[in-house]
Amino acid sequence: MIDIKNLTIKKAHESLLKGDFTVRELTETYLAEIQKKNPEINAYLEVYTDALEQADEADKRIKAGKADILTGIPFAIKDNLLIKGRIASASSKMLEKYCATYTATAVQRLVEQGAVLLGRANMDEFAMGGSTENSAYGVTKNPHDMSRVSGGSSGGSAAAVAMDGALAALGTDTGGSIRQPSSFCGTVGLKPTYGSVSRYGAIAMGSSLDQIGPITKTVEDAEIIFNVIKGADGFDSTTISDTTFAKEPYKGKKPVIGIPTAFLNQGGIDEAVLANFNESVEKFKNLGFEVKEISLPNIGYSLAVYYVLMPAEVSANMARFDGVKYGLHKDGVNMVDDYFVSRREGLGREVRRRIMLGTYVLSTGYYDAYYNKANIVRNLLREDFKKAFETVDVILTPTAPTPAFKIGSKTEDPIQMYLEDIFTVTANLVGVPALAVPSGFVEREGKQLPLGIQITAAHGREDTLFMVGKEFRSE
Amino acid sequence: MIDIKDIEKLAELSRIKLTDEEKQKFGTEIESILAYVNQIQEVAGATASEQPVVGEVRNVMRPDTNSNESGANTEMILAEAPAREGDLLKVKKIL
Repeated sequence: MIDIKNLTIKKAHESLLKGDFTVRELTETYLAEIQKKNPEINAYLEVYTDALEQADEADKRIKAGKADILTGIPFAIKDNLLIKGRIASASSKMLEKYCATYTATAVQRLVEQGAVLLGRANMDEFAMGGSTENSAYGVTKNPHDMSRVSGGSSGGSAAAVAMDGALAALGTDTGGSIRQPSSFCGTVGLKPTYGSVSRYGAIAMGSSLDQIGPITKTVEDAEIIFNVIKGADGFDSTTISDTTFAKEPYKGKKPVIGIPTAFLNQGGIDEAVLANFNESVEKFKNLGFEVKEISLPNIGYSLAVYYVLMPAEVSANMARFDGVKYGLHKDGVNMVDDYFVSRREGLGREVRRRIMLGTYVLSTGYYDAYYNKANIVRNLLREDFKKAFETVDVILTPTAPTPAFKIGSKTEDPIQMYLEDIFTVTANLVGVPALAVPSGFVEREGKQLPLGIQITAAHGREDTLFMVGKEFRSE
Repeated sequence: MIDIKDIEKLAELSRIKLTDEEKQKFGTEIESILAYVNQIQEVAGATASEQPVVGEVRNVMRPDTNSNESGANTEMILAEAPAREGDLLKVKKIL
């Protein structure tokens, strides 16, 4: 029996090299776990029938002495990342039968290392949501409490790792979609610097915000995956290289931690989350980190800015789903009516609402007051962060304002749902990297629910995040 | 602030068909979201009438060459099309 509960990428890699177990045995163990747990949790929309064939290829590679760090490591892949010849539905009816014609660069880099792709993970439709309740294929339940959501939009990816249905997963993060489900499911989640991981082959949502990143059990695992998937890509002109941003020396012996105290005292944060956050701050102090209060004058506006810019970009990106080139087609009375009917049938409520909201903020007469103003405030936020990173190396907040909430408890009020993103959207608006790290549990109704903290660093400083995260987790 | 006519107009611009019930519901929801995001109007400093601000712009060039042979992916891509005629996407008559 392989102890997958305590397995990490590094441990698995060493065991595979030593011959403690084969990739086939490892893959079989995960497939058995998926078979046992997925019917209730619904983390996977599809488990690939060729997983064991992929495993055998990886075994051959290890035998030949050509193993890379991810050779034979079993992954779950979010359903909005394309893999040639496989369905990529983005959890939408629109793409229910869409078979990808090329492979996303980030996935390709895993495949080149010989990783085993177990299946595609559930998500909120087109990554729009914070609970996977917007999936056209049912909610992903939280492995820690089946009456609660797994978070979103990468809820399937986080739940797959948390239920030991994969050793690691890829997700995408537009406003917290990797970090918030990681907080809810007790996993580690990284939203990398804007441009550090190619988005080629990721189904676009908000193109100035989207990033692909890993969801794992340890900070070290996230670092290993990030180092494989990052880097310039000729197919994504927004990609950067390792040297795009200068790496300044730390402000103290160790990275100095900044806390936006005023923002945290505004209210709206669950008491247990706040108490756990304060404990985490104490832990950092005990570890010898210097902790400073910082001011981010405009951070209170970040959620409002996000909910203007993101729908604007959504409305543009979703225009490609027209029922003509690929995806769902429904017949209307004429050619133009085909669009109306196909989009009505193919797109869920949240997606349609965001398209309409985006159309509104971009329309003549409202453009200046909303889209343009939001961009101005976004630039002020960038300045705030730039200034903050002159005195500290990382910024610490909770990842989400609450632990995982009950299924159905926020579906009727979009603003309540959006408030879940309050701490995460800023990293996307500013383009900086942020790491969600498990920080403990709170008991609710007899169940232990995970909590998390978010560490944010300056552009290109994932190395700082990994260093601080590992110390915090005693890795 | 947002009435049914606005929603109908937005739905038309967005190429989405809505039921009467959805028009009502979307109207209420979009109004509450706009009320929330309206707080950005309070932000002091630059005003909206100033220079439009968009993301960082940098030019990215690539060699002006074909990345693949003509027709290499045609079959695979057209296999995803809801309707085709030969190598063309088929739509209803426009004129």
